[in-house]
Amino acid sequence: MSTFDNPFDPDRNLRAGCACGQHQSAAEHEQATALRCEPAESEEKRYEGVVASAVMRAMFPQDVARRAFLKSVGASTALAALSQFFPLKTATEVFAQTGAPEKKDLKVGFIPITCATPIIMAAPMGFYAKHGLNVEVVKTAGWAVIRDKTINKEYDAAHMLAPMPIAISLGLGANAIPFAVPAIENINGQGIVLATKHKDKRDPKDWKGLKFAIPFDYSMHNYLLRYYLAEHGLDPDTDVQLRSVPPPEMVANLRADNIDGFLAPDNICQRAIYDGVGFMHLLSKEIWDGHPCCSFAASREFITTAPNSFAALTRAIVDATAYASKAENRKQIAEAIAPANYINAPVTVLEQVLTGTYADGLGGVKTDAKRVDFDPFPWQSFAVWMLTQMKRWGQIKGDVDYKAVAEQVYLATDTKKLMTEMGLSPPASSYKSFAVMGKTFDPTKPEDYVASFKIRKQS
Amino acid sequence: MNASLRLRAGLVSIALLAAFLGIWHLATRSTAPVATMSPEYAKLMGLTATQGKSAMPGPLDVGAKLWEHLKRPFYDNGPNDKGLGIQLAYSIGRVGTGYLLAVLVAIPLGFLIGMSPLLSKALDPFIQVLKPISPLAWMPLALYTIKDSSVSAIFVIFICSIWPMLLNTVFGVASVRKEWINVARTLEVGTIRRAFTVILPAAAPTILTGMRISIGIAWLVIVAAEMLVGGTGIGYFVWNEWNNLSITNVIIAILLIGIVGMLLDQILARFTRMVTFPE
Repeated sequence: MSTFDNPFDPDRNLRAGCACGQHQSAAEHEQATALRCEPAESEEKRYEGVVASAVMRAMFPQDVARRAFLKSVGASTALAALSQFFPLKTATEVFAQTGAPEKKDLKVGFIPITCATPIIMAAPMGFYAKHGLNVEVVKTAGWAVIRDKTINKEYDAAHMLAPMPIAISLGLGANAIPFAVPAIENINGQGIVLATKHKDKRDPKDWKGLKFAIPFDYSMHNYLLRYYLAEHGLDPDTDVQLRSVPPPEMVANLRADNIDGFLAPDNICQRAIYDGVGFMHLLSKEIWDGHPCCSFAASREFITTAPNSFAALTRAIVDATAYASKAENRKQIAEAIAPANYINAPVTVLEQVLTGTYADGLGGVKTDAKRVDFDPFPWQSFAVWMLTQMKRWGQIKGDVDYKAVAEQVYLATDTKKLMTEMGLSPPASSYKSFAVMGKTFDPTKPEDYVASFKIRKQS
Repeated sequence: MNASLRLRAGLVSIALLAAFLGIWHLATRSTAPVATMSPEYAKLMGLTATQGKSAMPGPLDVGAKLWEHLKRPFYDNGPNDKGLGIQLAYSIGRVGTGYLLAVLVAIPLGFLIGMSPLLSKALDPFIQVLKPISPLAWMPLALYTIKDSSVSAIFVIFICSIWPMLLNTVFGVASVRKEWINVARTLEVGTIRRAFTVILPAAAPTILTGMRISIGIAWLVIVAAEMLVGGTGIGYFVWNEWNNLSITNVIIAILLIGIVGMLLDQILARFTRMVTFPE
């Protein structure tokens, strides 16, 4: 018997399982949770059916009697009568918050960089287990591979660059498959590193002809570097060379003099300094303080087929992110994620990234506690900004409904609900305005924003 | 005479190895000029920067690390960190599966093509076009259609090891001496029996040479394929250690890949000797 069948169907047997019919025992039913990501209407209907089943069963302990009653008065009359003396709506809302994970053993892919900290640390530090999941975090060779493996359902969810789920949903560089982002991994935590030989070329105006590496075309790194160069009067498409290089290869390439610098995720930046091949020109924080970088993403299909697993997973990530956002926990986290099974990097490097006290590669020690920070809330205005940059650099051609795409991919409403349930305080709105290099971004006027840039791809 | 030749060859080998290790050791001992830095800053930096240590490890570093790996080849610290023995087993397993599938397809098909001039002519253009494609070029297509990375890796092994076997089988079967076939025909031996009792033994050395070439290629390709799809295997190990810029481990992996490749080749070489016959 399916839980979501019509309880007003006289031919149906309701007497099995727990109160909702979905679980083995009442206890299991109690502790379970649910996050709604489907269009709310159909989901509500489903819960309504479940609750109504329970009510009908309570009223008619004898199945025969219920069938007789329904046959005589008809389903709609019965529903109306039931609603009269039982607050079906309230009961439905209460129920919607519980539900056991449909799938406990999950695979989550990650790229070994500190952006993935919450996803990685949740395994050794027990955040997944705490939320009733058995998650295997799998290291993956590159962004394209992580995309393909998630699309192929080898991974249930994955660590992706923040613009990737948007790009995949829009079908840029892949088949269009709806993806969603319930949580941002990290904010800040990237940097522009230049080869040591360029230590006197600190003004970007002198960078004409240099070769820079970025991790992926659909990355905040690409957009931030382009933005930074354009603000200094360089056209990133013609004045410099931008190459998509997997992060691990960046340091080797910098040492081999194949590139002059990169805007890369951390521990790669710090690793280049640690190995004495480059210096930190600028933290990405100085371009846009509080910018998102990587995200936690899953396909819509996974969310709809296993909503409770997805909710538990999101809780674990949000929980881990909250833990990681506290400065006093950072050293412990650095040790937890350094082994070969996870990031596979020297602890000193990870500590410098996470604690924000770091060697700058020029002989100085700098301190910036917010060098990397963790904030799970998927601001929809972030998504709108990324879309404006995709448009600006010609990745999106033609018109785009910024708001619709942002709201479809960045699940701010659901995260808000979940954070409230967990006793965290989410922001009231899903849009916020912010400034990138001093220029304010108004998420309600994306077209004007795109048009306001002098340097952009002419189409 | 023979024994002394072997002895002398062995001595030359050892001398070459010693010379190589010696040069390697001297070349990496290096002391690049070290910039003076405050102790506080130095604490945050790596050895390459603080002591001017060469980024390339010396033979002693590699030896020590190798010993560490050999002491516990089968540890398992979770999905992303397994001992070298386990990684090699995964790689050999993949190569074995893909290779066996290729044998099952290539040899019967090769027989068919070799025995029928019509098929041989008809299929030739396809084989000629497919043969030179780099096996890794199939990877994105395989990932996209098969939708499973480990099966894709096996497919890539399959596709790369099939061609040498197929072509050698065709060649071997087609060039069986006409006299032998004519003798079989005079004795009114049936097609099937002729294939197994006359052509197969006659073509076996050529077929096995093809198989030997194939296993070499398969082992070359698996490392690259595993670097692409990740997860497990010696190729993944190389990638993971490269990620950590640990050249020491990469060198160890290279050494092991070479040894395993040699062993695989030796096994096939032994089989080849078993079926070779003097004419």
